This record gives sequence, structure tokens and C-alpha cells, in this order.
Amino acid sequence: MPLLEVKDLSVRFDTDDGPVHAVDRLSFSLEEGEVLGVVGESGCGKSVSLMSLTQLLPPTAAVTGSAQLGDIELIGASSSRIRRVRGRMVAYVFQEPMTSLNPAFKIGRQIEEVLQRHLDISRGAARKRAIELLQLVRIPAAERRINEYPHQLSGGMRQRVMIAIALACDPKILVADEPTTALDVTIQAGILDLMRDIRERLGTAIVLITHNLGVVADIADRVLVMYAGRKVEEAPVHDLFASPQHPYTIGLLGAVPRPGAASTTGRLQEIPGRVPSLSELPQACAFADRCPRADDLTRSQRPELREVLPGHTVACFHPGGEWAA
Amino acid sequence: MGGVSEPVLQVLDLKKHFPVGSQVTGRGGTVYAVDGVSFAIGQGEMLGLVGESGSGKTTVGNCIMRLLEPTDGTILLKGRDITHLSRREMRPLRREMHMVFQDPYSSLDPRMTCGQIVGEPLRTQRLARGAQLENRIRELFDAVGLRPELRYRYPHELSGGQRQRVGLARALSVSPSLLIADEPVSALDVSVQAAILNLMRDLQQDMHFSCLFITHDLATVEYLCDRVAVMYLGEIVELADTDELFSRPQHPYTQALLSAAVVADPEVQRTRRRIVLEGDIPSPLAPPSGCRFRTRCPLEPDSAPRSHEEEPPLVEVAPGHFVACHLVHAGREAPVLIDAPAELA
Repeated sequence: MPLLEVKDLSVRFDTDDGPVHAVDRLSFSLEEGEVLGVVGESGCGKSVSLMSLTQLLPPTAAVTGSAQLGDIELIGASSSRIRRVRGRMVAYVFQEPMTSLNPAFKIGRQIEEVLQRHLDISRGAARKRAIELLQLVRIPAAERRINEYPHQLSGGMRQRVMIAIALACDPKILVADEPTTALDVTIQAGILDLMRDIRERLGTAIVLITHNLGVVADIADRVLVMYAGRKVEEAPVHDLFASPQHPYTIGLLGAVPRPGAASTTGRLQEIPGRVPSLSELPQACAFADRCPRADDLTRSQRPELREVLPGHTVACFHPGGEWAA
Repeated sequence: MGGVSEPVLQVLDLKKHFPVGSQVTGRGGTVYAVDGVSFAIGQGEMLGLVGESGSGKTTVGNCIMRLLEPTDGTILLKGRDITHLSRREMRPLRREMHMVFQDPYSSLDPRMTCGQIVGEPLRTQRLARGAQLENRIRELFDAVGLRPELRYRYPHELSGGQRQRVGLARALSVSPSLLIADEPVSALDVSVQAAILNLMRDLQQDMHFSCLFITHDLATVEYLCDRVAVMYLGEIVELADTDELFSRPQHPYTQALLSAAVVADPEVQRTRRRIVLEGDIPSPLAPPSGCRFRTRCPLEPDSAPRSHEEEPPLVEVAPGHFVACHLVHAGREAPVLIDAPAELA
């Protein structure tokens, strides 16, 4: 049985301009100790879908569907129940560590606060555990660093503190939402190594939300590609990069300049047009307007997900790498 | 490429220092943002200026545009010294160089229509007016791939990619000799980035402007630029033709940077060697003595004590390939920390 099983998750925001369907019938599962990459461009619903699991969205969000975490159903659970899930079962790391940390408190205190809130431990034990956590995320001189304020730390160090806070109560699932986007590449490499290390040493399952295909290629076991609130493709990481099936995935991969390949391939692949409005749920493929393979079928019917290769599902009427008009 | 004819832009020993804190009480300090940078850009050449945050790459661009007053050094635009020209003296030269900014949301005036934005440099330079101006705006919209009716829209009605096209059209409206592009695609989604990078390449081939392309993304530079300069803590540590730099990176920092950049290919990404640099980039308030990279350099034991005492000069180790490292010399095998990425792809 998977650790987390999400079925038909939909998130709708009711705004003054009408409804916005941010997530549309998303299903996925997460195994223990697995790294799942969730890829998509801004507005595809990748962050919203994961935040909806622990009720981190504003009250205007209408969340439906099911998300089974062990024997707990998360969707529609009472807020006291969700509070026990947050931190201890599911913990989050966000993109910008400076806005996630409180600038007025020493980092040690911010870690201890999490520990004391969720676990029944003394101040002294919390302190000891906080130092251990900083060592776990490989912050040098943890005993000294614990008395520093967030502004005294570099961006990479702050993100390590955020990861330490997320790991404080030994969660089963770590949701990392663009954890390296605000960081320099040499710092990013260190954070990715750390996440790999955490998965190996603690067995934590990681959901990595990112727009960066390189980060996914580095660390994910399985990848889920989202477009306009829907899952369009899912596959083991090697399969996805070796034989992408959905035209959107193929387009995304062709759009990134690759080292060493520029001089030979010539131009980068463009995806014409723009993301559709999310105010209605079209009875068509959401990618139809931008897709070179679109036909009458694509425009009149919504493609359901189907398995084209073992463990490789795609929502497209004309999938595959080779395609002739 | 440059070299034979006179370079469009020459930057000689450029320095920009910012005083911080109180200079009166003596407790202030100086941020050495740019500390002795020299390079030239030839006619129709694209030079990539690469570095991480805090390396000073944006400050270099802002000094050339004279948005910042250089502390020291010389900037020559088509051979003319513009380092200390007044704002009034600069004004006619503004048609020679233009800039595209990173954030297409804050770099366009929200109260002007996109047509007015694109036409503004032409109007202020008195290069066109009336029907002629309208025609030129229509041509520019066409050149950057925008539908003509978008001329009457306001920036907030456009997508990020469209806005960046407006920014490009504005910059190119006066047919400048030099375009300075500061992270022009970093705020955009991947699929939109590709379109803007392709567009920049097409426009450059049509209009033959020279370009200083400032970015943190090595893959973009490899795609677009003829030559690359790598900056670290206010200095250029390596400068070479793009092919040369990517196939034979010499400076340990360049090698680390190349090895840390993620590649969208799990086979490559999971098998290649990576150099993870120790520690963080030092504060530009108190840069390390001698070689600025020595505090994070994996080869520091080999270069000490010289690297603590002496600043390595930028020397030519192969034709057109300049490196600032005590361990790299002309004609001698450079230290190899990684396999060349070109062989991996």
C-alpha cells in the first residue's frame, strides 16, 4: 500500500471574476522513501495541489476528492486532525527561506518552537535536538549557529535551516516546493545532495515541486508533469527523459538549452501560444490550442490517462516520440 | 567577431566601490562590487557575462549604461571615452546603447500603452514622429513577433513573454550598436524562455548589434554567445570563446560552476562528477587577500601560500583564452577537476 494515495483531487477558487479551476482531478500515489518530481510551469497547479492536502490554502479554495495518508483521509478532515498531520506526517520547505523564517528570532528558538509544539519535550531536550538537526543538515559549528539570526546566514544556510525545521518531527513526507530556485547553482548542488542524503538516511519520502527539469533529472525517482491543473504524463524518471510521450513534455524538454548540444541542434524548441484560462473546464485537451498534433478529437473530448508503457501514463490521443501529421 | 575592427565597447580596469555604514565615525566599510574588470566586445559580437549572485555582473552592466557612476577605470563606446560624461553629454549616446531588464513587470511604465513604450526612445531622440513613428512602431512589433493590435494595450494586459518582447522592441527601436541584456529570461517560464532566446538570436543576426548578455545560466550563454567571461567576487576569473570555455574550462571556479549546473538528462546528471564547493561566497566587504577564490578552491593546498599573498593576474594561456589562476600557465596542462561537459552530452 502506498504511503499517500491521492484520487481525483480538484481545487477550485471562487473569485470575483468567477471560478478558477486550479487543480482538475489529479491522482497520484507516493511510496515510502520515494522522490516524486512534480513538474510544470507557473499556474499549472503543482504547488496548490500539494498545499491543499494539509489545508494550507485560503478558505476560498474548495477542495474535493480524496487523499489517503495511512488510515487518515486528509480531504475534509477536521482542523485538529490536520494539525497532527502537519509537521509530524507532512512537512513543507518553500522557495524563499528569508520570508519563511522569522527575522526577529534566533534560528535555534525557531527550531525549538516546532519541537515543543508538536512533541512533548522539555526546553533542554528541544535545544539538544535542535543542534542535532542543524548537524543533520550539515551546518558547520551548529552549537554556535543556533544563536544566530536569519540575516546572519547565507541563502543556502537558511534553506538548510528550513529543512532542519521541516525534519524536526521526523515526518514521513517532505514537500519541497522549488527549494533551490532562489539559490545559486553551486549552492543548489549542495542542497540536492542534502535531500538525497535525507532520503537515504531517514527514509523520508520527498515530493519535489519544480519547474527545473535538470533538478528533476538529478534527484527524482518518478516524475509527474502537470499542465493547466491536470496531470498530462507520469513515468519513472529515466523513461520520461528517454521517451517522453506527451507533446507538452516533449516541448518542455526541447525548450531547455543543453550543455554541449547547442552548436549541433541549432534552435531551441518553442511552444507557441499560452496557457489557457482556468476559469472553465473545457471538454477538450487543455493543451489543444498549442499542440501541433491537435485534431477534432483533441478539441472535442478530454483525453483520459492511459498506460502506454509499464508505469508510464499519458493523457493524450496522439502520444509518442515519433509522430507524423 | 571582434579583434580586427575597432571594438564597439571597451572596458578597462573598471571599478565600482560602494561605501556602506557611517564613513564619519569610521565604522563604515566598502563593498568592492566590481574590482578591476577589463574586456571588449567586437562588432556584432555577443559576450556572455556569467556569475552567481554578488559576483558584480549586474553592476558592470549598470556602470556601462552609466546608471551607476564608476569609481575608477575607463569605458570606451566606439572608441569614445564615456566614463565621466555628464547626463546631457550622454543623451545623444543613448541611441548607441540600450538595455533589456530582467523583470518585464517592473521595467515597463504601467501608464503607457505598449506602442508608446516602444516609441518613446524614438521620440526622445527625435528620430521619428507622426506617421513615420507609427510605421516604425508597427515594424518593431512585427520584428519581435507581437500582433499589431497589442500597441494599444497596457503592459498589465500582456503575458510575461509578451512584455519582454515589448522591452526588446523598445531597446532596439533606435538601432543601437550595443545591447545590454541583464538576465532577460530569468523571470520567464521555460517554454517562453526558449522563444525569447530564439528571438534574440534572430534579431542579432538581422540587425548585427553587439550584445553584453548578463546571466547566471551557463546553458543560455552556450546557446547564444560567441565569448564568455566568468566573474567571481567582482573580478573576471576566466574569459574565452564559448566552445573553448565549455570544452576546456581552466579555472577551478569555472569547472565547479560547469559541474554544478544541472542538465535535463538523468543519465548524464547521475553519472558525472560534481565539485561541491565548500562554504559560501565571501563578503565583498572584506574579500580574501590574494586570490579571491582561495577560500572555496579545492586546489587551495597546491596554490598556497602564493594564493594568499598575490592576486593572480588574468593571463592569456591559449589564443584568446584568459585565466586568472596561479596554477594555470600557458603551455602547461591545466588542473582538471571534471570531465569536459561537451563529452558527456
